[in-house]
Amino acid sequence: MTERIVIDPITRIEGHLRIEATLDQSNTITEAFSSGTMVRGIEKILRGRDPREAWAFAQRACGVCTTVHSFASIRSVEDALGIKIPKAANLIRNLMIAQQYVHDHVMHFYHLHALDWVDVVSCLKADPAVTSTIQQKISAWPNSSPGYFADVQRKVQSIVDSGQLSIFANAYWGHPAYKLPPEVNLLAVTHYLEALDWQRDATKIHTIFGGKNPHPNFVVGGVPMPIDLNSDTALNAERLSIISDSINKMITFVDQVYIPDLLAIAPYYLEYGGIGEGLGNFLTWGEFPGEDNSDISKFLVPRAVILNRDLANIQVPNPNDFAKMQEYITRSWYNYKGGDQIGLHPWQGETEFNYTGPKPPYELLEVEKKYSWLKAPRWAETPMEVGPLARVLAMYASGHEQTKELVNLVLSTLKIPITAVFSTLGRTAARAIETKVFADMLRTYYNDLVTEIKAGNTQTYNGEKWEPSTWPRRAQGFGYMEAPRGALGHWIVIANGKIENYQMVVPTTWNGSPRDHNGKPGAYEASLVGTKMADPNSPLEILRTIHSFDPCMACAIHMVDAEGKDAGEVATGLDIYHR
Amino acid sequence: MSHDLLPVRKVVLGLGNTLNRDEGLGVQALKMLDAQLGKKREFELLDGGVLGLNLLMIVEECRHLLILDAVNAGKPAGTVIELTKEQIPLYAGVKLSQHQITFQEVLGLANIRGYLPEHLHLIGIQPKDISVGIEISATVERALPEVVKRSISILNHWEN
Repeated sequence: MTERIVIDPITRIEGHLRIEATLDQSNTITEAFSSGTMVRGIEKILRGRDPREAWAFAQRACGVCTTVHSFASIRSVEDALGIKIPKAANLIRNLMIAQQYVHDHVMHFYHLHALDWVDVVSCLKADPAVTSTIQQKISAWPNSSPGYFADVQRKVQSIVDSGQLSIFANAYWGHPAYKLPPEVNLLAVTHYLEALDWQRDATKIHTIFGGKNPHPNFVVGGVPMPIDLNSDTALNAERLSIISDSINKMITFVDQVYIPDLLAIAPYYLEYGGIGEGLGNFLTWGEFPGEDNSDISKFLVPRAVILNRDLANIQVPNPNDFAKMQEYITRSWYNYKGGDQIGLHPWQGETEFNYTGPKPPYELLEVEKKYSWLKAPRWAETPMEVGPLARVLAMYASGHEQTKELVNLVLSTLKIPITAVFSTLGRTAARAIETKVFADMLRTYYNDLVTEIKAGNTQTYNGEKWEPSTWPRRAQGFGYMEAPRGALGHWIVIANGKIENYQMVVPTTWNGSPRDHNGKPGAYEASLVGTKMADPNSPLEILRTIHSFDPCMACAIHMVDAEGKDAGEVATGLDIYHR
Repeated sequence: MSHDLLPVRKVVLGLGNTLNRDEGLGVQALKMLDAQLGKKREFELLDGGVLGLNLLMIVEECRHLLILDAVNAGKPAGTVIELTKEQIPLYAGVKLSQHQITFQEVLGLANIRGYLPEHLHLIGIQPKDISVGIEISATVERALPEVVKRSISILNHWEN
């Protein structure tokens, strides 16, 4: 008799994701199904609008990913209309994108993923003097005295005593799969709290370049902030100095806290170097353009497809290839005019809802039929993993020196083989590795920007093709963006100055996709097969692997319960929306 | 694990996703309030969208915070709901938290870190329609002026 367990929704991610997993008698997962249980609909809202304003709508598709959708959107318009942006604008964009990675990955590690590995309650049993010794051994971070850790411990004790565990409350404390000694737990909990203060410094770049925070401004053709060292309202010497200071603080935290913590925690969980791989196929659209935002040969992160772990034969995917870049809805709650078996390129994409699932509340999805609001994007009919592991592999395979050094450092420190990178552990380490690479690039881009300014190259906006009268009657474009959680693409079709079609294929749609027309599973589904669970009622092992992908369901699908709210929410009596 | 900034900001924070009709009513109410207040004022109006944890920094810098939001209180759609600091559930238990880091959890975090704003209010409306779209329902639209009126009343107290 097999048992199917359900996790709905997966905790600590944005929006609704449901995983159903079938277990055998040894509590090992034999089959898994990933379902987005809310509908997406941004494409319908964008049709008929001014392409130059699309970013302002697209950025609202997800509360956490506003920057990445804005960039993908303006790049899609620039690609469609052949707009080149000035060199200084490109450097400013690269600074904003690199900052986003560092901020997002650090917060993901400490605030979303760490709680799968770190037992908060256990830290109360720690000897602060031992934690202090560990801290001083692993890095030069100054907050390292026994008294400091004892203070944190008292604080956590008072939180536990008050019954207000807040976001700590929703976990599996005491689960046998938690392996860290209390002292390492205390170390990680301390940095969980420190990261909340650190993000204040880390977000200053966006506040300055975007002109306001939250929800900074973006513009097709460049960046909205002018450069004028003598102006109060432009990028001036004072603001540059704030940015430089913010970059230093980001680099220091990554070097002295994030990377050492990863290497201190990982040795207790080395079995995850053999768990959670999934597909072995990886896709990146690439990121950090050189001078010309459309010249992919100058990207820091290459545009790449890797198949079957084969790092020696990287392909360069063309996102405009109608035959290869396709989305399927065979197992998704949509209709295509051409039927359920065909795939459509995003420029031809259709968004017609067709919910055929069970009426909520329900126990199990009908996984042999349609079972998700996520479509199934495929490259050449093959499911792909996107995200940090894909990017690090692409940089590693293309010979990026620092990436190679960092990968080798992690492998040698943990004494694991290169094959262990294809795993939950590898994905988690890749996130830290690229954070270090991009944090250091912040300094490079900053220095380059200062050089450009000194040379008088202060133009940040190209308005040549701003007026719709300069546009062709019809144009189509692709906007790439390597979002922190993976390859994001916006495909736009412009006709007579308006948006005729707009489709987003977001990272979580790649990773969280349901099965396709060939019955091939998506990355989450494949990654869970073979995982053995200590206690199916506390599915910590599933969370560890799913969280290693950094799912973001709010943009993979949309913020609405398509079929009414579930009984649990009504029962709480008071519920402020925003999940 | 703490910051040394004095909580001095006075902020009106409109929350919600504007792509889901009434879900974004807090942001719509903020715009209406902005239009009525004119330029001269001592407080900031901020569109918080659904930024979650990123809003913690703003919350912790506030001495005065007024939140405008869609609220499900089990009342008829269009009902205006006003909550004082003590009535706002800072953290509503396991069922709610199973989604993501909600704004209530942001408030909960600010609380355990000792930075919950001294003056905290929430004014909201029971939504009618949170399907995909950018226009809010007529029922909620009719209730917006009441939200603006009550907001101005709170802001008048702030200025003293």
